[in-house]
Amino acid sequence: MLLREVEYARPASVQEAVRLLSDQEGARALAGGQTLINVMKARAASPDALVDLNGLDELKGIDLGSDGTVTIGAMVTYSEVIGSAEARARPILGEVCAQIADVQVRNRGTVGGNVCSNDPTNHLPPLMVSLGATMHITGPGGERTVPAEEFFLGVYMTAAGPGELLTRISVPPGKRDGFASVAIGKDGTCIVNAAASVNGGARVALGCVDAVPVLLKTDSVEEDAVRAALQGANLDPPSDVHASADYRRHLAEVVAVRAVAQARGKS
Amino acid sequence: MDVKVTVNGETYERDVEPRKLLIHFLRDDLDLTGSHIGCDTGNCGACSVIVDGVLLKSCMMLAVQADGAKIETVEGLARDGELNGLQQAFSDHHALQCGYCTPGMLMSATALLRANPRPSEDEIRKGIQGNLCRCTGYVNIVDAIKAATE
Ligand SMILES: Cc1cc2nc3c(=O)[nH]c(=O)nc-3n(C[C@H](O)[C@H](O)[C@H](O)COP(=O)(O)OP(=O)(O)OC[C@H]3O[C@@H](n4cnc5c(N)ncnc54)[C@H](O)[C@@H]3O)c2cc1C
Ligand code: FES
Ligand code: FES
Repeated sequence: MLLREVEYARPASVQEAVRLLSDQEGARALAGGQTLINVMKARAASPDALVDLNGLDELKGIDLGSDGTVTIGAMVTYSEVIGSAEARARPILGEVCAQIADVQVRNRGTVGGNVCSNDPTNHLPPLMVSLGATMHITGPGGERTVPAEEFFLGVYMTAAGPGELLTRISVPPGKRDGFASVAIGKDGTCIVNAAASVNGGARVALGCVDAVPVLLKTDSVEEDAVRAALQGANLDPPSDVHASADYRRHLAEVVAVRAVAQARGKS
Repeated sequence: MDVKVTVNGETYERDVEPRKLLIHFLRDDLDLTGSHIGCDTGNCGACSVIVDGVLLKSCMMLAVQADGAKIETVEGLARDGELNGLQQAFSDHHALQCGYCTPGMLMSATALLRANPRPSEDEIRKGIQGNLCRCTGYVNIVDAIKAATE
């Protein structure tokens, strides 16, 4: 498909990228392109200019801090997470990235693009919420950080607003995490998914049931407590060809229980 | 924009509009029609090529993003008119019917065998997960890739 005419810029620094993005209203950041180029083909998005983040070393790299915090650059690909010794400090990161789509998409798709597109069926938004990650944002006004649970604002909308860039994500130390989903085919698009982190109680973030990940916190990690939290959450998930709202609500409870059980099984 | 790439060892320089996808650049500008367009949505993998050692779907990359890159496509697999081992194994094992998916399958298998010269059947199936075939049912494709490692 021929895209609509578009300008293209390859900035040399994050600072220049931010300037290009804030100078022109119709400018959009291009990360892995695994969502953006497809929505441009469909004319669901028609940016006037693309600001290519590929090649910005400042947005690359995975760092393991002395306290165990894993910091991931926004332009790190899923394949790079899977292959990274540093990311293995929080094993769920690589485990979930390995469930996204296929080799080719994993080689191009980026951690930053995945959370910034905030497609409700994506894998990483609920994961980052359950892990209590911190999102680092840079814009014309400087740098700021936002907790993952406040980062996701609506379908395709995040706290990284126009003219701003997500630069990196910090994930605190931990090991007792789980992720469960029901997908359309193996490693396909999720019909519903849940990420869980256990540390005393549980943090369970559900995907595909609302515009943004739904975070539930329980004091107990017992199955009854997780089921009770789900039932008390009054989920109002969408209906589509893959699942009715009722069925999706049922599946949400199933995957939440599985994700917590997986997290509890780890030491 | 000026784009300079090396495809299968040959250098090409062209003036390209930023909106042109890499797959169209290869097929329409360079006349390398081995790589196919199946879905144009990123699902089928018929457009798979290797760019600077990375397997990707060329319908989701702009040609201008490949400036300076070394690209490998299905046309580069055979040497002096002789099929390479992987291609011969596809032929021997009837790993294609209509052949539409074959260029992408071959590039995915090439990338897989480079990273993992002795893959298990499970690893082969994971390696071609991004390539859809509407004809064969995959069994013969998996057999061919396995045979190419022997
Ligand atoms: C066949 C197929 C199957 C897929 N299946 C799944 C799946 O099962 N699960 C899943 O999670 N994903 C899936 N995806 C989507 C894929 O993971 C995308 O890579 C991801 O959604 C977007 O990441 P990207 O790097 O490609 O970003 P792009 O497509 O380049 O960008 C996406 C959006 O985010 C913005 N953006 C990107 N980076 C930044 C940044 N640093 N700061 C601010 N804004 C930014 C862009 O401007 C754009 O609006 C699939 C994609 C394909 C093609
Ligand atoms: S044409 Fe590129 S994935 Fe189908
Ligand atoms: S041989 Fe026809 S699509 Fe694979």
